[in-house]
Amino acid sequence: MKIAYYPGCTLKTTGTGLEMSAIAAAKALGLELVELERWNCCGTVHSLANDNIINNLAAVRNLIRAKESGYDRFVTLCSICYNTQKSVNNIIRNDEEKKGKINSFMYEEPDYEGDVAVLHLLEAIRDEVGFGNMAEKISKPLSSLKIAPYYGCLLLRPKEIALDSQENPTIMEELLSATGAQVVDDPYKTECCGTYHTVVDVDLVVEHAYRILSSAVKRGADAISTTCPLCHFNLDRRQKEVGKRYGDFKPIPVFYFTQLLCIALGLGEEPCNFELHYVDPRSLLAEKHLL
Amino acid sequence: MRVRISRKKLRDEVIARIEEISGEQISKCFQCGKCSAGCPSVDSMDILPNQIIRLLQIGEKDEVLASRTIWVCDSCFTCESRCPKGIDVAKVMEAARQIILRANVDKVKPYEIDEKTFEGLPQAGIVSCLRKFTG
Ligand code: SF4
Ligand code: SF4
Repeated sequence: MKIAYYPGCTLKTTGTGLEMSAIAAAKALGLELVELERWNCCGTVHSLANDNIINNLAAVRNLIRAKESGYDRFVTLCSICYNTQKSVNNIIRNDEEKKGKINSFMYEEPDYEGDVAVLHLLEAIRDEVGFGNMAEKISKPLSSLKIAPYYGCLLLRPKEIALDSQENPTIMEELLSATGAQVVDDPYKTECCGTYHTVVDVDLVVEHAYRILSSAVKRGADAISTTCPLCHFNLDRRQKEVGKRYGDFKPIPVFYFTQLLCIALGLGEEPCNFELHYVDPRSLLAEKHLL
Repeated sequence: MRVRISRKKLRDEVIARIEEISGEQISKCFQCGKCSAGCPSVDSMDILPNQIIRLLQIGEKDEVLASRTIWVCDSCFTCESRCPKGIDVAKVMEAARQIILRANVDKVKPYEIDEKTFEGLPQAGIVSCLRKFTG
């Protein structure tokens, strides 16, 4: 089955491990992610100022691109893109006045009515493939791995965009369980990673990352599973700075959930780009006889 | 601390602008403190999120605009998801930042950042940072 796919900028640079592993894993599950022919940056963070209408335009253009290619939905992988595209879609669907302003500002584009749905790949796998069917395709069960799922903020908050329970989401647990992995229950799974502060306030991110990572380590996790290239950067690459500040810190590999899927589906490390990780997960995978 | 509440302060124009930009009604807050209890960034804040709302309720906008808190808040929406009065504190923080940024005062000056700082950083982080910290 073909499904439209909006990558966003980061998946083409630091997040190639997420993009390539997602495309490969989805294909093995019978979902062909077809990249939109034309797309632009969604603008990253959704503007929270009521009177800032201009920042919505980039995301609306992507939705129009999908519509003119004949799609009624598209899949995202990056949590920020998911959040922004869905938030903007909600504005078009629920705010007549803003919709009117946006459409008349973009007079060169056809009017957009909010009729393209924005999905995250987690939802697409759950609803189009089904975790039960997915489990049948697993050739290398991850049963020796203890994984702590990490959602961060933007798949769950604010309320209007939540793809699962805000306080105790379980969609990633269900997916990981279907790969055979042992899921570690971690209360820090919805805590913020420190996000864009990573550019100008590394110390603040180190504090966030240390709390999240050490909680997973303390609960016996071998690794963490994420969905977002910015969360991944803060939890993986910032372990360098975390290690410098906290002498007792024990590094822990951070996967994209799609990389774990690739391993479990027998696709090997090729689509995973593990060389981009700070804490290389390959030694763990080898130790568990998964590579 | 002694606080003088005057009618003039309560009808402050800047506070009205914060309500307008955020779309939130500050007076609805009954100071339960849930927003601060769940906030992952309180360690780095000088004023707690519920105190920010309280200060705005009593017309003390200067303290709010001078706080470290409004810049430390990273729009994680934990407060939004838990406020029993349905107030989106993240939006109030954004509105306070906007008051400053719209006066052409950039919090982060991209032209002063050493290019090396950007090396290897995800675009999503760089663009978000500049959207949040520049006018
Ligand atoms: S959670 Fe809501 S009502 Fe409670 S203190 Fe915070 S803003 Fe006020
Ligand atoms: S949005 Fe800001 S104030 Fe609210 S919980 Fe997150 S960091 Fe704290």
